[in-house]
Amino acid sequence: MHDVAIVGIGMHEFGRHDGISGMDQGVVAVRRALADARCEWEDLEFAFGGSKDAGSPDTMVSRLGLTGLQFINVHNGCATGGSALISAYNAIRSGTFDIGIAVGFDKHERGAFRVRTRGDRMEWYGESGMALTTQFFGMKINRYMHDFGISQNTLAKVSAKAFRNGAINPMAWRRKPLSEEEVLESAMLSYPLTQYMFCSPGEGGVAIVLVRADKAKEYTDNPVFLKSCVVKSRRFGSFEVFSPHLANEFSVGPTVDASNAAFEMAGIGPEDIDIAQLQDTESGAEVMHMAENGFCEHGEQESMIQNGETEIDGKFPVNTDGGCLANGEPIGASGLRQVYENVLQLRGDAGERQVPNDPRTAYTHVYGAPGISGVTILSR
Amino acid sequence: MAQVSIQEDVLIGVPDEPRLIGGKCPDCGNHVFPMQKDCPKCTGNQIEEVELSTRGTLWTWTVQGFPPKAPPYIGETDPSSFESYGVGYVELPGEVKVEARLTESNPERLEVGMEMELTVVPLKTDEQGNEIVTFAFRPVENK
Repeated sequence: MHDVAIVGIGMHEFGRHDGISGMDQGVVAVRRALADARCEWEDLEFAFGGSKDAGSPDTMVSRLGLTGLQFINVHNGCATGGSALISAYNAIRSGTFDIGIAVGFDKHERGAFRVRTRGDRMEWYGESGMALTTQFFGMKINRYMHDFGISQNTLAKVSAKAFRNGAINPMAWRRKPLSEEEVLESAMLSYPLTQYMFCSPGEGGVAIVLVRADKAKEYTDNPVFLKSCVVKSRRFGSFEVFSPHLANEFSVGPTVDASNAAFEMAGIGPEDIDIAQLQDTESGAEVMHMAENGFCEHGEQESMIQNGETEIDGKFPVNTDGGCLANGEPIGASGLRQVYENVLQLRGDAGERQVPNDPRTAYTHVYGAPGISGVTILSR
Repeated sequence: MAQVSIQEDVLIGVPDEPRLIGGKCPDCGNHVFPMQKDCPKCTGNQIEEVELSTRGTLWTWTVQGFPPKAPPYIGETDPSSFESYGVGYVELPGEVKVEARLTESNPERLEVGMEMELTVVPLKTDEQGNEIVTFAFRPVENK
């Protein structure tokens, strides 16, 4: 088994870009990642590419160069970006290849994701006014608040932090700070979650160049090592999005399983992590995912967030680039955005939003339909 | 105006005695909704159709505050006439938690653990003049 290093990162600004296709944004991200790794497209031996709504990633070879490399498309729900990365990771770890790229991009229509329950005789589910991701998130955090005493003000604080961090991130979509009052007073979309507690489907692209760790210094002075990379699906009894029924029995969700596996693989624990990017589809998700990923006990988030511990200058910075809330969620790119941010932070290149705790280890986590989670642990 | 079920093999007995059709695994006792042959718990594939209980308790809930996209939604989507509706999971004892619309949409009157019973709510009127209904749960009145 070979260790794996990240030697190049590239990103196309997240947001809404009229006249620029999702593929265009993916190509920009690839070119920027190659420049960062001081290498050329023709140096790459393989690529894994993910996109949900913006076309087949492998067709970008006609823009970047017909070099004959192995290019495999990845389509894996909200873990599409994370799945492209794990595929690239394993391709190098196994010794099959020395250098390759994971790329993700997307461009979604405006508004909440439209879910078509065609086939499987499930049309009635969406026709009846269910099958909305927003409802799932409302119901999950509502029960969680009931069980563990999380306040609505804490949800507002998470959003306010996200927009504050987004305001100092030149790649972010939403760059205007919003106060807790503005968050709480915005439209109630799915009780107890208001408009500014939700992220929106958006656009953007991210690419990550990976090499065998012993070759990393040929490309960069600041390699970041991928210590673990895990994707898990759900087990019986977990509470997931798009479930017409749930079992009465309870099981932890795929986030817990992915987190445990990632820590085991890296040989470290949650107490060793200096900075984390956690799936914040809505502000309650960030709260719940802090505990599901092992960074605190259920309910402890209330005091941690009220005390500012998850701010950029706090004890445990979370979603330093503004997360999904400030960046939006282009599904193919979203998990890779988190890795991009952690690489910047570990290199000390995050500018105005650089965390001051001289981070050595960093954590990413995605969660999404249909009950899937991806985790990475990076170190320098 | 006649009421018709949104899907005959999911919701039967419209309008007077609505029942949900689920399934029970003969091997492990696990329940599913809607009916499917394959059991996600024990990996068997012989699940048999059963009518689910019509009463249970509210396990969690939310309120749909904006019109869903159409398609797939067939109810009211005009923002000026759209009315918020409740959605929740109702735990049917010994069976499953069913995701359903709720007749109540006021957060002040919804509470985890409250008793609920099955009913139907109208979605739209079709070309034949029939009212298409889907299933919903309503709070049990304390008499």
